[in-house]
Amino acid sequence: MQKAAKVSVFLLCLTPFVWLVTRTLTGRLGINPVEDLELTTGIWSLRFLVLTLAITPVRRVTGWNRLIRYRRMLGLFTFFYACAHFAVYVGVDQYFAFALILKDVVKRPFITMGFTAFVLMIPLALTSTTGWIRRLGKRWQLLHRLIYICGVCASIHYLWKVKVMIGSPVYYAVTVALLLGFRLLWQLRSSKLLKPQRVTA
Amino acid sequence: MLLKRTPDIASSEITDERLYVKRREFMRIAATAAVGAAAAPLFACSDEAVGASAPGLASPDGLFGAPNLPLSGYKEKAVTVDEKLNTVDQITGYNNFYEFGLEKDDPKRYSGNLKTSPWTIKIDGLCNKPADYQIDDLIKPIQLEERIYRLRCVEAWSMVIPWIGVPLSKIIERAEPTGKATFVQFTTVLRPSQMPGQRDSILEWPYVEGLRMDEAKHPLTILAVGLYGKTLLPQNGAPIRLVVPWKYGFKSIKSIVRIRFVDKQPDTSWVLQNPDWYGFYSNVNPNVNPVRWDQSRERRIGTFLPRPTQMFNGYADQVASMYTGLDLRRNF
Repeated sequence: MQKAAKVSVFLLCLTPFVWLVTRTLTGRLGINPVEDLELTTGIWSLRFLVLTLAITPVRRVTGWNRLIRYRRMLGLFTFFYACAHFAVYVGVDQYFAFALILKDVVKRPFITMGFTAFVLMIPLALTSTTGWIRRLGKRWQLLHRLIYICGVCASIHYLWKVKVMIGSPVYYAVTVALLLGFRLLWQLRSSKLLKPQRVTA
Repeated sequence: MLLKRTPDIASSEITDERLYVKRREFMRIAATAAVGAAAAPLFACSDEAVGASAPGLASPDGLFGAPNLPLSGYKEKAVTVDEKLNTVDQITGYNNFYEFGLEKDDPKRYSGNLKTSPWTIKIDGLCNKPADYQIDDLIKPIQLEERIYRLRCVEAWSMVIPWIGVPLSKIIERAEPTGKATFVQFTTVLRPSQMPGQRDSILEWPYVEGLRMDEAKHPLTILAVGLYGKTLLPQNGAPIRLVVPWKYGFKSIKSIVRIRFVDKQPDTSWVLQNPDWYGFYSNVNPNVNPVRWDQSRERRIGTFLPRPTQMFNGYADQVASMYTGLDLRRNF
């Protein structure tokens, strides 16, 4: 039962990719196909990032703790779509012009942001296995807080990409800010709660 | 002249045109014709109607105010480039026209309610003959020309488009600007009820653009009323728009209702929005990258590999002399 649920979620997460590949192979991408590939992979990576970040707040609020079982998968799908996004940028948009790509990363702030988010995801994906979780112990949690920075960088990447800051990029940035803000508030609240406890102990 | 004829349009005949004119637009036109106010053949889709669409048969709505009508009598390829044209679907389906939304397919999807006839253009400011023109009265006295131009968007994509229009210089001549007039300002129609993007504060509405007088009078600068042999569709700036091929696309302001002669460099929408990124001149320049896009290369819509961007979008021979002595890095 539990396995069936996991497989279903996995397939669901893969659907946007399968659909994009189908559209690519059947020539049903937009009038600017490169832009279509880039936008679709990018937006899905950001969507999965938001979902990953939402697990903890939703658990805390609803007490639905089983959600934690899906966090790793969602995180890895974030990375998967980010890889696809990066691959499209390097291989299709820039057509492997590495000198120009390097210039882009250094000179164009919105690319710098996207690149930073992507690079920071790599150690997270690599240490996502049960073995690494055990080996790193407490340091694992600390390391995986990097996803907060990924969230900030990815949001800015999208915000700075558009010519006018309105609509969808703003909604994503606000959502990420709320999800991170929730953690901050939770932290503050629990540290306040802890102190009197210590006094009474 | 009135041709009272109910449009006898079988649905089978509409199919071809439906790709080009949206259904509701078609319905609107058909309804207009049905009340007998319009010359039905102009709007019908049969071959017979196409033949009857000479300017002399114009309806009260006029010829240029109605979208997607066949144009005739224009000088073919008056200016052209030796490059492959973009398709009608590309040119009419991938547009930046924020009055209709931010996405590239928004203009096509949400522009069907724009009423382009009747259409009045106010020409005023520092000139001897200010006037309000109906679009047909403004355009008809001038020989239409087909101009096949490259269009380079500031977002680093480009197209090749067969415009049909008239040199702006002819219209400027008729208005007789005074010696004080050194710039020309253009204004897009303001109609939030028909242009959903204008209900959001994307830019300061209405959209305004401007040119220096010598740029406005340059033989390459045109007011376009059509493309691919037909009058413009709303997503391309119907019924009348500017085309300045050596500048980034946003300079070529769409759906113009006012042309004003002024003695100072006028406000332009993108400069108002972000003066660090956009300049008044906005000449295509592969060496200057004020906006976050890298301007040294571009992707031609319909092709895969990026290509190098040309200085002044390939029109340097014709226009570079206007900018001698001007620091193009500062005056981007």
